[in-house]
Amino acid sequence: MLIGAAIGVIVARNPVHSVMFLVLAFFTSAVLWLLLEAEFLAMILVLVYVGAVMVLFLFVVMMLDIDTTTMRSHFMRYAPVGIFVAAISVAEVWSVVWLRSQGLPTLVRPEAAPADYSNTKALGEVLYTEHVYAFELASFILLLAIIAAIVLTMRRRPGLKVQDIGKQVSVNPADRVRIVKMQAEKD
Amino acid sequence: MLTLTHFLMLSGVLFAISIAGIFINRKNMILLLMCIELLLLAVNFNFVAFSHFLGNADGQIFVFFILTVAAAEAAIGLAILVVLFRTRASINVEDMDSMKG
Repeated sequence: MLIGAAIGVIVARNPVHSVMFLVLAFFTSAVLWLLLEAEFLAMILVLVYVGAVMVLFLFVVMMLDIDTTTMRSHFMRYAPVGIFVAAISVAEVWSVVWLRSQGLPTLVRPEAAPADYSNTKALGEVLYTEHVYAFELASFILLLAIIAAIVLTMRRRPGLKVQDIGKQVSVNPADRVRIVKMQAEKD
Repeated sequence: MLTLTHFLMLSGVLFAISIAGIFINRKNMILLLMCIELLLLAVNFNFVAFSHFLGNADGQIFVFFILTVAAAEAAIGLAILVVLFRTRASINVEDMDSMKG
């Protein structure tokens, strides 16, 4: 099912359908990660990827409103090349992973963790002790991504009326109001 | 009985599909970004499988960092894409030849 979803991502005609197939691929792989007892990462995959990154993709796909018919005009021209490269890489992975491991003793599947084992706790214990510098570096990368995304997409529209606070504060009262002394009129 | 080999083959096939996707969809930049996400997912799959079968949590820590970097990359890539679409009104890769002499 994961393979089917991944194929759907690359051959779907409509980009929105591609995004939906990608969501399906992430969901299925999250379930497979649960099978591999990586519960915390499976939850992170669903929350961060399906929840945030895919919504971002969907938002951009719908906002940009692309003319897909012209995009697809050369689809068949490149398809043989893509399938050829994919077949080569599958064959290589197959020969390394499958053929050469036939004679070797396979890794036995470890015993299922006891019921009170917490994957999140185990990850946290390693993450905040051994890998604390990498953790801080990751947080810095995220901060960088936030700032970069905001700076790139911010634009100043020419006709927009905004306040210039500095100009307002530094204005001289004599420039704005002229006090005229004049005689009071008496009847 | 699922062994490590099965998981490695699955992630290898996933990797190959996304490489084929990069070749097939070489016009549309959004699809290229999504194929890169799939590539990273295949790599993460390898890490998780090895981490489970070797009984070592470090592989999952690494997946955590890859996810962080992939999210940052997607955010910046999409921001660049939005700016590009605003200025050029196209996300076709072949239209981006303004630096050609």
